[in-house]
Amino acid sequence: MPADFSILSLTIWLPIVGGLWVIFAGRRVHDSAVRKDALLFSVLTLLLSALLWHRFDNSAVELQFVERLPWIEAFGIEYFIGIDGIALPLILLTTFTTVLVVLAGWVVIKDRLSLYMGSFLILEGLMIGVFSALDAILFYIFWEAMLIPMFLIIGIWGGPRRVYATIKFFLYTLMGSLFMLVALLYIHNKGGSFAIFAMHETALTLIEQQWIFVAFLLAFAVKIPMWPVHTWLPDAHVEAPTGGSVVLAAIMLKMGGYGFVRFSLPIAPDASASFDGLMIALSLIAIVYIGFVALAQSDMKKLIAYSSISHMGFVTLGLFVVFQVASATGEWQQAAMGIEGGMVQMISHGFISAAMFLCVGVMYDRVHSREIGDYGGVANTMPVFAGFMMLFAMANAGLPGTSGFVGEFLVILTAFKANVWYAFLAALTLILGAAYTLWMYKRVIFGAVSNPAVAQLTDINGREKLMLSALAVMVMLFGIWPAPLFDMMHVSVEQLVNHISQSKLR
Amino acid sequence: MGTLYLVIILAPLVAAIAAGLFGKLIGRSGAHWITSGAVALSFFLSLVPFWNIVIGTDEPYNENLYTWLSSGGLNFHIGFLVDELSATMMVVVTFVSWMVHIYTVGYMHDDPGYQRFFSYISLFTFAMLMLVMSNNFLQLFFGWEAVGVVSYLLIGFWYTRPTAIYANLKAFLVNRVGDFGFLLGIAAVVMYFDSLDYLEVFAVAANFEHTMVSVIPGADWSLMTMVCLLLFVGAMGKSAQVPLHVWLPDSMEGPTPISALIHAATMVTAGIFMVARMSPLFELSETALSTVLIIGSITAFFMGLLGLVQNDIKRVVAYSTLSQLGYMTVALGASAYAAAIFHLFTHAFFKALLFLAAGSVIIALHHEQDMRKMGGLKRYMPVTYWTSLIGSLALIGFPGFAGFFSKDAIIEAVHYSQIPGAGIAYAAVLSGVFITALYSFRLVFMVFHGPERFDDHTREHLHESPKVVTIPLIALAVPSVIAGALFVGDMLFGEYFGSSIVVHAEHDVLAQLGLEYHGVIGMLTHGLMQTPFWLATSGVGVAWFLYIKRPDIPATIASSLSVVHKVLLDKYGFDRFNDWFFAGGARGTGGLLWRIGDVALIDGLLVNGSARAVGWWAGVIRHVQSGYLYHYAFAMILGLLALLGLFVHKVFV
Repeated sequence: MPADFSILSLTIWLPIVGGLWVIFAGRRVHDSAVRKDALLFSVLTLLLSALLWHRFDNSAVELQFVERLPWIEAFGIEYFIGIDGIALPLILLTTFTTVLVVLAGWVVIKDRLSLYMGSFLILEGLMIGVFSALDAILFYIFWEAMLIPMFLIIGIWGGPRRVYATIKFFLYTLMGSLFMLVALLYIHNKGGSFAIFAMHETALTLIEQQWIFVAFLLAFAVKIPMWPVHTWLPDAHVEAPTGGSVVLAAIMLKMGGYGFVRFSLPIAPDASASFDGLMIALSLIAIVYIGFVALAQSDMKKLIAYSSISHMGFVTLGLFVVFQVASATGEWQQAAMGIEGGMVQMISHGFISAAMFLCVGVMYDRVHSREIGDYGGVANTMPVFAGFMMLFAMANAGLPGTSGFVGEFLVILTAFKANVWYAFLAALTLILGAAYTLWMYKRVIFGAVSNPAVAQLTDINGREKLMLSALAVMVMLFGIWPAPLFDMMHVSVEQLVNHISQSKLR
Repeated sequence: MGTLYLVIILAPLVAAIAAGLFGKLIGRSGAHWITSGAVALSFFLSLVPFWNIVIGTDEPYNENLYTWLSSGGLNFHIGFLVDELSATMMVVVTFVSWMVHIYTVGYMHDDPGYQRFFSYISLFTFAMLMLVMSNNFLQLFFGWEAVGVVSYLLIGFWYTRPTAIYANLKAFLVNRVGDFGFLLGIAAVVMYFDSLDYLEVFAVAANFEHTMVSVIPGADWSLMTMVCLLLFVGAMGKSAQVPLHVWLPDSMEGPTPISALIHAATMVTAGIFMVARMSPLFELSETALSTVLIIGSITAFFMGLLGLVQNDIKRVVAYSTLSQLGYMTVALGASAYAAAIFHLFTHAFFKALLFLAAGSVIIALHHEQDMRKMGGLKRYMPVTYWTSLIGSLALIGFPGFAGFFSKDAIIEAVHYSQIPGAGIAYAAVLSGVFITALYSFRLVFMVFHGPERFDDHTREHLHESPKVVTIPLIALAVPSVIAGALFVGDMLFGEYFGSSIVVHAEHDVLAQLGLEYHGVIGMLTHGLMQTPFWLATSGVGVAWFLYIKRPDIPATIASSLSVVHKVLLDKYGFDRFNDWFFAGGARGTGGLLWRIGDVALIDGLLVNGSARAVGWWAGVIRHVQSGYLYHYAFAMILGLLALLGLFVHKVFV
């Protein structure tokens, strides 16, 4: 591949430049032009990422599409980007989701449309930046910058309690990430490099690793989010506009999981091993406790938000159960299944949560309520929509044949090898997930028409059909044939597993 | 052969997609032609492996279609295993499904959701074929859950009815409880046998017969017992065994054709099929077999009793189904897997027949399901009557009818079994014969004989159902009569199942039974002299006496045994308990955790609490910054004095 063609940089910067263009040009042009421009940029970025995928070599051990330029030479900070099989699926998820988000805001957003569309495009570029940064400071800058557009999106187009939600969201995530910055600086002091993969090799004592692990944990646990630092998420989701919820759930939560994979596990493998009991416990609490909490929700978005937290429990369980699996079976190869399961759970949750939030958005746009009690019998007036939402609800409940099953299945299989009771608790999601999702579905979609608002509903239009169909295809495709996703990840995950199987304490 | 199996399995799927997504385009007749055509195609093509493998001597087909994924050194495949067992299931499933498709044309004639219904039942056929044709645990689970979803959709087909959408959620969740165990069972299989492929797992399983695992510290359990019991929990959900049976009676909220297809003939027997498929594993654990036996006998006996007090025609048949599933489970527990599948086979025909006949009555009476408002229908609906009678005779095991051979075999097999619990099971299945006969003929007499209890308006419009309804009835009546006699020799005592079912010699009750088997005629004449025959006959006699001769007596019995009657009407209190303990408990727990954990503790105390603490501290600190110079000067002096004091203290003391 020609090195001079900076395709990865282009994927990062095109949406950012495009977003700025939309914002500044948007003041002078008509809203319809803003929409078209935003769609154009998001589709172009999607195509660029598809090109990345096309040129990506599944079997290569090295990082790909690497670009490395000196940036702030005094501190040894570089513009250093590149991707592996762990980052690529997340980038594809990002570009795919952004197109949907642009479509979702198409006619609904009337206030400051250009700023809205621009924010999402800039956010897209920054998120791709997070997944491709290989320099810790560059990573940190993308990581923090990402908060700004999201802050605006919830703060401007959010619901009535948006100020409380945005401040909670901002403080929570900022708090966590400051500790991460301190940890990164410390590792730089020890190893002399900001390159993330150099940090993987930096020798650290157990105590150092444990401090670093805790610092990372604060950042990533808030982001993913893990119990008990999860309470910002339901509030943020409830107040965010549909597009904000979609990006938040589909991509921003994955930053936490990505952080664990990219930083915590490889930089502090011994600390990860020493804290794995805690991590597993927190994951299981997330799965079971949050599953129960979701049952009690009367606000659809809150319910889906809690369901997200519960599903993210599988990600952290899959990632941190590996040490016990390796010691129980004596084989690190089997542990790879946990990490791949966690990764796939992230991708799949991206599709499913996006779909669920879009579904709520479709209803909200018509009725202006998120309360389950304000609905009932939607299937009578919106049969096509009811069909789509059935599929996504089943996927959310982890039905085999949808992508929702794959990750949960692999993580449960892996957890069983570590301890039967882990699997026992995790598998409760089979019942809980079905209970809260389908109970909501029953109260909202089934039944006789419950009120005049529902009676006047019109079924989804072509634009909405397009968004939901695209997600339906993804959910089904990766449920029926997830192999391509695994082929993409295998080599990188294998490398990661090899790395964490070597203690740094020798 | 691979292409053939692909066509068999995909034809109903393609039809389901066509009817579901393009229903408006192809219209009502388009929908029923394409789906019934596809299922008919699957049926006829299924006869090919049946002919080659079951009747002929071809080797079973076992190939992987594609790799679903590979991870952690394990490959997950989608593939087919077509052997004697699956070929039999394929024929049963596609045949009954085909009949139900035809019947539906008449039954759902006026329903606005016509295309949707055909799409669902075709999709069901696809899912069920996935389940039975699988060659590995993963795909089995795929089919397993997929049939569950279609069942959910069909129970809630009339989604505006509150009872229907209550029932479908309940069915799905109860099944999920079963699947919870099933999934853990699969996880155990992966962990210990390192494969999901049936034949690979079966090949290594014997090495683990004496392996012990410690699940709870201090208590060692046999690995095979654990694996089998976990898998059996799945079977209990799908095949509605006590205490996971509660969803099946409620599933009658769905349209009658699917009660016949899904909740009688095929899906609910998936658990039976699964255990038979896993016979190489279950044979390794006597504890598991014993548990299966006891659960089955409880279901067979106690669920039959409930059939006696129901007045809804469909619910009587539903409780009868529960009881018959119990019989099959008992057979599994006694290691008479072949007898279980044989009963599954005959039951599929006569129970589908009974449900479809009940449906024929229901549409004739304009969706009246209460048997107290029926009676004397024999003269208005002769075809429905005679086919019902055939179905009922088959169900009670009247000598010569299909059910006789399969049920008698189960009773005899349990009689010979040495598995712990076989004594109780024998008593249960034997007394079950009387109960079966009693509730079956209570239904026949209340519906078709005696005085007419419907109003004149109904009588004027009363007529036999159209041909699309009666032809499937006749088509199912034929195997309900002959399927038993035709297959009993081969299925139970011959080489019918080949290597697809494994029985250890010391458990092989059917082999013992086979020593006394001297052909169909011999079994018939022998059967006429046995206890089950007399029990069945007396059951019919008592039913006749109570519901034709002296219809005043049942009420007297009910009031004199009012406690028993109440318990039966209450269905032993399972539903009340589940609603209160599980449904209410889960909602309560959720609410409590949310309000106390999330809202009060985490948000109230920690998050907003620390925000308040910061605010409070800022308020305190604010007073320090008063803006008066003398305040600051005073603070400086105090500070200076303190420092000085410290200095003096350090240096001079």
